[in-house]
Amino acid sequence: MLNHTAWWKFPVIITVVLLGLIYAVPNIFGNDPGIQIRGARGLSIDSSVLGRAQAVLDAQSIPFKSISQDAKGIKIRFENDEWQLRAKELIEKELGNNYSSALTLLTGAPSWLTNLGVLPMYLGLDLRGGVHFLLQVDMQSAIKRAQERYRDNIKTILRENKLRYRTVILNPQGQLETTIRNPEHRQQAYDILIKELSDLEISNDDSRAEIILAQLSQTQIDEIKKFALEQNLTALRNRVDQLGVAEPVVQQQGNDRIVIQLPGVQDTARAKTILGRAATLEMHLVDEENNTSAIASGQAPPGSRIFKFRDGRKILLNKRVIYAGDSIVDAAASLDAQTGGPIVSITLDSAAATINSRVTGENINNRMAVVYLEITSTIKKDANGNIVLDNDGKPVRVTHRLEEVLTAPVIRDQLGKRYQIEGLDSVEEARDLSLMLRSGTLAAPVEIIEERTVGPSLGQANISQGFRSVMVGFMLVLIFMLVYYRVFGFTAMLALTLNLILIVAVLSLLQATLTLPGVAGIVLTVGMAVDANVLIFERIREEIRNGNSPQASIHLGYDRALSTIVDANITTLIAAVVLFNFGTGPIKGFAVTLSIGIITSMFTAIMLTRMLINLFYGGKTVKRLAI
Amino acid sequence: MEILKKQTRFDFLGKRKIALVISSVLLVVSIVSLFAKGLNLGIDFTGGTLVEVGYQNAVQIESVRAALQDNGFNDAVVQHFGTPRDVMVRLPATFSRESVNAAEISNSVMEALRLPFGELLVESSNSVQQQCVLNETTVDCQVQMRRVEFVGPQVGDELVNEGGLAMLYALLGILIYVTFRFEWRFAVGSVIALVHDVAITVGTFSLFQLDFSLPVLAAVLAVIGYSLNDTIVVYDRIRENFHKMRKSDIVDIMNSAINQTLPRTILTSLTTLLVVVTLLLLGGEVIRGFSFALFIGVIIGTYSSIFVASPAVMMLGISREDMMPVQKEGENIDAQP
Repeated sequence: MLNHTAWWKFPVIITVVLLGLIYAVPNIFGNDPGIQIRGARGLSIDSSVLGRAQAVLDAQSIPFKSISQDAKGIKIRFENDEWQLRAKELIEKELGNNYSSALTLLTGAPSWLTNLGVLPMYLGLDLRGGVHFLLQVDMQSAIKRAQERYRDNIKTILRENKLRYRTVILNPQGQLETTIRNPEHRQQAYDILIKELSDLEISNDDSRAEIILAQLSQTQIDEIKKFALEQNLTALRNRVDQLGVAEPVVQQQGNDRIVIQLPGVQDTARAKTILGRAATLEMHLVDEENNTSAIASGQAPPGSRIFKFRDGRKILLNKRVIYAGDSIVDAAASLDAQTGGPIVSITLDSAAATINSRVTGENINNRMAVVYLEITSTIKKDANGNIVLDNDGKPVRVTHRLEEVLTAPVIRDQLGKRYQIEGLDSVEEARDLSLMLRSGTLAAPVEIIEERTVGPSLGQANISQGFRSVMVGFMLVLIFMLVYYRVFGFTAMLALTLNLILIVAVLSLLQATLTLPGVAGIVLTVGMAVDANVLIFERIREEIRNGNSPQASIHLGYDRALSTIVDANITTLIAAVVLFNFGTGPIKGFAVTLSIGIITSMFTAIMLTRMLINLFYGGKTVKRLAI
Repeated sequence: MEILKKQTRFDFLGKRKIALVISSVLLVVSIVSLFAKGLNLGIDFTGGTLVEVGYQNAVQIESVRAALQDNGFNDAVVQHFGTPRDVMVRLPATFSRESVNAAEISNSVMEALRLPFGELLVESSNSVQQQCVLNETTVDCQVQMRRVEFVGPQVGDELVNEGGLAMLYALLGILIYVTFRFEWRFAVGSVIALVHDVAITVGTFSLFQLDFSLPVLAAVLAVIGYSLNDTIVVYDRIRENFHKMRKSDIVDIMNSAINQTLPRTILTSLTTLLVVVTLLLLGGEVIRGFSFALFIGVIIGTYSSIFVASPAVMMLGISREDMMPVQKEGENIDAQP
């Protein structure tokens, strides 16, 4: 028994070592201050932009280390943050509003490496500084809005068919309860509603002769929820773009939550205001007939209501909503080709387009108002400041409305799916309006239910402390192993070093987020990874004590320790996987590095050390082992 | 170098009564403390707001508290941590002020703390120190925001439930794996040892009223993994010895298994403790609780894998027959070459 390593193991081990080195190496270059330029609102960047940015920097003789463009945008690296800040100002002035530029940290790794797709580890917010928000989408309010829309629809349909009703209310069971004035007309009303509103579940109330009940079906409620979440994700992405943050994350979590991560943001107050704005838009017709008299008297006729512009001017609007902001598919500001004046082009979805065409056709030369509606919802508190709970033990929420007329242009023509708003005062006004039309709409209010902000100085302290603990822990274990197991300890030392490189490589490859608990996971893995070697080496010593030859002892040691190592590591993996599934951000990071470390350590501690030992002792007669 | 030169022959199983007393005392103290004092749950679980700031110069707690009280933060808990320049402000989840969104409390706290210095935060600076405007010039802020955590009450409640569930799932998964690889008595024995370790680790946090945060929970789960690792190594050896030592009784078999794996148990615990202590000393404030939980857990886990896990299997009445593979008809066909 002379302990040869099978030939195929050499290329396997060498390949793994090389791959590990290649993927780990970008991490040693550190980061430079940089600027990332992206097209605003998801616009793509054409190649001329890079030239313009470079020209403006050259003109002011601002030195930069590199400038490059990829799918995500243009990246410019600088020597220090003084140049970075000055460059940002200049570039913003040069490129204008169609591009957003953000301060960021860019890897100092040479471009031939990053071009291979080899990137440094992705640092979590607790290491680089920044803010993490968890937003709860208020689905109840989205459903309530749909119900209100149907309530208005029912009223309109009945009115148009000359069927008189007493009231249409939303009852506590979540049903729309229509009270028909004359019970004899109920069947007729019922038939019409069934036909017109086929997506509602409509029934006659058996116990009350004048009542028709209508409610949303479960599939429809699910759809409303799904749509609300998607719409909110889009709206929030647009809002995050306004913040000018590099590498923001906007992600769905579960069925009704959204995670937002903004690296490097220090002023969370502004971020909160912009994200939390629960705004929507509604289109109303102006009640031209009674407008002047109603504003003068302050008395609105039935069916109409007095609204206010932002500057306080009043206007009388029809209460009925023509369509809401969530029907707006796109809105863009531009200059009119003929007049040269600023305009906003709007595109509607097909349902709203039909309504728009009918309503505007009937109201040419009247005005249509865009109303900005902000709904804030807060938890209800009683007089003592305690949270009021409902029967299910959940906090009761109260909603407040803020209404404001943004603009009220005259309808010149029958409109359809696409139309333009003209007569705006300035390009800025057009841009703001288009932005509001497009991203102003959250389908449902959101509330921040979790915030984790790490200041830049703490982030940096965390990195240096984490790095130092990994290094010190690592060195201590290395020295210990070397003293305790000598030649065998030396192989364990190499295995441990490679294990650390492999963990870094796998983390870089997966671009998994490295958090501070993740660093702790690495440290812990360093301590535990030697366990496999300890098991093997102790077993070899035991076999020697049992009187086996050195070569046989090596063989038996590795052989017999294997099942133990596998059992022990699989059980630890079970715990790590549970942690990963349960964990939120920081805990997930710990579970990830722990799992990676366990798997890589099995490779290094068993395969690599065996190969090294065989190279050292294998193929010859050995009298004594240095163990 | 070797710690234990010769094969040791300690009678660990013979000491099981003493171990039982020690473990019982520790467990009783832990459980009583958990019921009487409870855990000092961090805001991860209770909900609330935590703001950690660093001042340029040393600061009196009283002046910080006064600045907060002037702005209506009456029930703020203010304390130093680390150095006299570092201050931590905590507000309970029930804290409320009219017209303030819960998530915006932290911003109001920062404003209140900066007010006495007359400084205002500048947005979009990229430096390591936060920049403030003071008398129309931009300087490093006197009050540096280090960390803000806000957790809504609904999130906290979910975490308590999910954390408990995670613990159960981990134990269940282990129970299944060990039953499958060994025998049910071993599975139950390992779970007894794990519950023992978790209870005492958590009990320590309760007894000394240390902050029990989310990372500490992660550490407790890691302890489950670690302690199990130790236990499995011993069990593996017991299984092997059942096959080898055909004439010995169960006490001998278990004793020799524990003795044979003793150098490894001590060594691995040592290397792990080495890095855990490094983390404890150098890892910084944020993961101190985490490292401390690991520190306690590793020690208790090592003890339990020697003195609790195996005696538990014995007391559950393991016999040689349980460990011998059952000869079923036709079972060996696959195994034949």
